[in-house]
Amino acid sequence: MDAHAHAAEHEIEIPYATYPRPDTGLYNGKLGIWLFLASEVMLFGALFSSYILLRTGSINWPRGYTFLNIPLATANTFILIASSVTVVLAWANLRLGNLKLGRIFITITIACALLFLVNKGIEYRHEFVEGRSPSTNNFMALYFTLTGLHGLHVIGGIVVFAYFAGPGAKMWHTDRNRYTNRIEIAGLYWHFVDLVWIFLFPTLYLL
Amino acid sequence: MSDHAVVDDLNHHNSPEEIKREVRVYLIVFFALAALTAVTVGSFYMLKSYPVSVAIGVALAIALVKGSLVAGYFMHLLSEKKLIYAVLILTVFFFFVLIWGPWQHHYSPFN
Repeated sequence: MDAHAHAAEHEIEIPYATYPRPDTGLYNGKLGIWLFLASEVMLFGALFSSYILLRTGSINWPRGYTFLNIPLATANTFILIASSVTVVLAWANLRLGNLKLGRIFITITIACALLFLVNKGIEYRHEFVEGRSPSTNNFMALYFTLTGLHGLHVIGGIVVFAYFAGPGAKMWHTDRNRYTNRIEIAGLYWHFVDLVWIFLFPTLYLL
Repeated sequence: MSDHAVVDDLNHHNSPEEIKREVRVYLIVFFALAALTAVTVGSFYMLKSYPVSVAIGVALAIALVKGSLVAGYFMHLLSEKKLIYAVLILTVFFFFVLIWGPWQHHYSPFN
């Protein structure tokens, strides 16, 4: 028996990777991503909590709108919303059996994410040129921590979607359902990233 | 676009007609989110002369509506399994504990 045949014979199939468990009604990956997102809520929640503590305890709180770039941040909000809709369109097209359109929408999502980061980079550069850094005051420390952590999540999303649009798409030819589920899971993560920005934008830029 | 739905996930309706109907809903939600973003920025400029508490209330109320649209439709929480609701109820509870902590610290009459 060659090594390949031996490995295939002993391959253990992961249960409920594609179809729902009878007791939970969910495939395991979906429950997993929701548990992960719950932990993410706590992570960002702790930072929002710090924001409230520092702001309510401050006599003079800098107002973001007096020096941050509102038009660019508004554009970034539109970009993230657009990327959220392209993810669900990718998932819908995969469910309809259309890999080509699915991949196109995933690629548009990646393009939106990259554009978001470019805009963020322009903002960061402007802040540093103006002499504002995380050590300037509590507001700037929170601004860089919150937007930086959010930006890391955007980068994470780009890596995941690039994999699924590229080499990861091979799975479509062997297990379509599982591949489609993977896009659903990645999409849930991406919508969470959008959700965080929906609250970050007014908190940091407008209030 | 192929007319054959391939995914047989028990969590979702998968007839091509159902999926196409979902897509229309996604597009409506997208335009609603874009409009609400414009309302957020517009209300910020209109409320500049009002007390900051008014601006905070309005901006967070709009953000809450936008967040609910994303969670309800894009994350399809409107039609999810009970286990996910249970996880989220716990999450929301502990999130509010995190937010309530500094709030009560500041406004407590004992400080």
